[in-house]
Amino acid sequence: MTAYIIRRLILGVIILLLVTMMVFLFVRLLPGDPLMVFMGNYSPSTQINTMTSEQHDELMHQYGLDRPIYVQYIDWLNQVLHGNLGKSLRVGQDISLLIGDKIGRTAYIGTIIFIITTIGGILAGIYCALRRGTWIDNTITTIANIGMTVPVFWFGVLLIYLFGYQLHWLPFFQWKDPNQDFWYSCKYLIMPVASVALGGIAGMARLVRSCMLEVMRTDYVRTAWAKGLSERVIVVRHQLKNAMIPVVTALGGTLGGILGGSIFIENVFSIPGMGRLMTSAIFDYDYQIVQATALIFGGIIIFSNLIVDIAWGWLDPRIRLS
Amino acid sequence: MAKKSTDVSHNSDAMGAAVAPPHHSEWRRFARVFFGRKLYLIGFIIVVILILVAIFAPLIAPYDPNTNDLPNKLQGPSADHWFGTDKLGRDTFSRIVYGTQISMEIGFIAVFSSAIVGIIMGLAAAYFGGWVFAIIMRVTDAMMALPGIILVLLIAGLGGRGIPVVIFALGFGGIAGMCRMMCGQALSVTQNDYVMAARVIGMSNWRIMLTQIFPNAFPPLIVGLTMGIGGVVLGEAGLSYLGIGVPAPAPSWGGMVMDGQAYLLNNPLVSLIPGVAIMLLVFGFNMVGDGIRDAIDPRLRGVL
Repeated sequence: MTAYIIRRLILGVIILLLVTMMVFLFVRLLPGDPLMVFMGNYSPSTQINTMTSEQHDELMHQYGLDRPIYVQYIDWLNQVLHGNLGKSLRVGQDISLLIGDKIGRTAYIGTIIFIITTIGGILAGIYCALRRGTWIDNTITTIANIGMTVPVFWFGVLLIYLFGYQLHWLPFFQWKDPNQDFWYSCKYLIMPVASVALGGIAGMARLVRSCMLEVMRTDYVRTAWAKGLSERVIVVRHQLKNAMIPVVTALGGTLGGILGGSIFIENVFSIPGMGRLMTSAIFDYDYQIVQATALIFGGIIIFSNLIVDIAWGWLDPRIRLS
Repeated sequence: MAKKSTDVSHNSDAMGAAVAPPHHSEWRRFARVFFGRKLYLIGFIIVVILILVAIFAPLIAPYDPNTNDLPNKLQGPSADHWFGTDKLGRDTFSRIVYGTQISMEIGFIAVFSSAIVGIIMGLAAAYFGGWVFAIIMRVTDAMMALPGIILVLLIAGLGGRGIPVVIFALGFGGIAGMCRMMCGQALSVTQNDYVMAARVIGMSNWRIMLTQIFPNAFPPLIVGLTMGIGGVVLGEAGLSYLGIGVPAPAPSWGGMVMDGQAYLLNNPLVSLIPGVAIMLLVFGFNMVGDGIRDAIDPRLRGVL
């Protein structure tokens, strides 16, 4: 088990390095000038540039952009490893400070959604698998099939229309942190959480249902029934335990989906989190922030996949021995 | 259950005749499963209708999608404007119809280009193994470590605005998944004796990959390709909603949701109808994908 964990850790570090390289190369090699932010009323369609080329060269030098790309990369990596994510080009503030409270909000909302998605999806999936063919199963499966096709942002807008504009039940602008006004923030979070959780629960329920059905047809479950074990023991000990293996693997992907969804709901519901920071930085051509936020999102995903892999190896000895 | 018994009788007929079943029977069996279930049939019809709408958009749409008509802005639904008009008086129905073109174009081009790159990478990884496999797998690991939408945002956001950038971003995001799928399939196909036979008679590596492994590993990928189109359309809508996708005057569904959001009280349909269109399209392609999977995988037939 220790060897397995060490192997996974090394792999995780390699992937994280590849991600930093990818993020860095994208930011540098894509068409578009990293210094667009200084170019007055720049927009990609007009291509108006208010800077002289000497000013441009000077800025390139000031930000170290005239050095070879691998030198820039190693320098940036070195800074990141020392906890320095760089400075925002537009506001000149340290990015670590800018991110500080935003990452907390995104993590808070993401955790809530993750818990609801996992528990809701697994329960719904188990229920459908056990009562396959009943009208409840058909209803939940149909809702799940539709739920997977709903765009997160559109569902948010629909909820705003119904519960915000028409019924006036829930707030949808003027975000407040939970430590400022806890009940208000709970009410505020209902719609954003529901927007992302709908698709998540749908996907999870479908997966759990098909995994449970797969396991139900195995010989050991038939043997368990033949032995005369109670349904509860068979479902929990024999089916669920084995059906959970592919579900645990999928959790990493679910988390990625939730983080991706958070970018949308933070924009739909004006929540000042990481996703909103990233999209507004994209609009401002503030490449330093874009690079830093993408790296943080990637880091979170790699770290959680690492945990999933370790959990997987612990659940299933076949994995860690292979 | 009824399906199963017909399958058995079909097989025994073929065996009784002691000849290989006629070539078209595979296709007929596929069609029976695929069109046998209502949900798949509905999905197929939705996809066909939407493709026709995209092709014949200029004939279907009653108005030009980009012509402003300010005196008639933000009207509710009426006989003239089925879904009303937006903040510039443009007809929502016509914009939805033309939006089908944009979504389909981006969906098909992005999925097929990512499939070509992903399939070549996957084939190479599975066939050569060793360090080629290790490098390609680590690269796809890294591409998959970033949540799809963040990778796409990164490319689309910094690469400028426009449909080609959106296609590149979404296509790039799909490569890793395609490569993984192809690699998995190709690994099992490579074990077959006919691949060894091809090697023994001295076929070149590329010829073996293209004529022996690829045709046998490809069918399951059709499912991924079909569902990929739905995924890309969702991604495009998301990018356009954030204002990073298809640029403004073009009638992209995601952009329409954003446009209408500020006028939900005047005419909610401007924002809400494009979402229904997105859902229909994604649902259609998902169902077609499910249907193909059911039809080509005998293990799943009639069970899930």
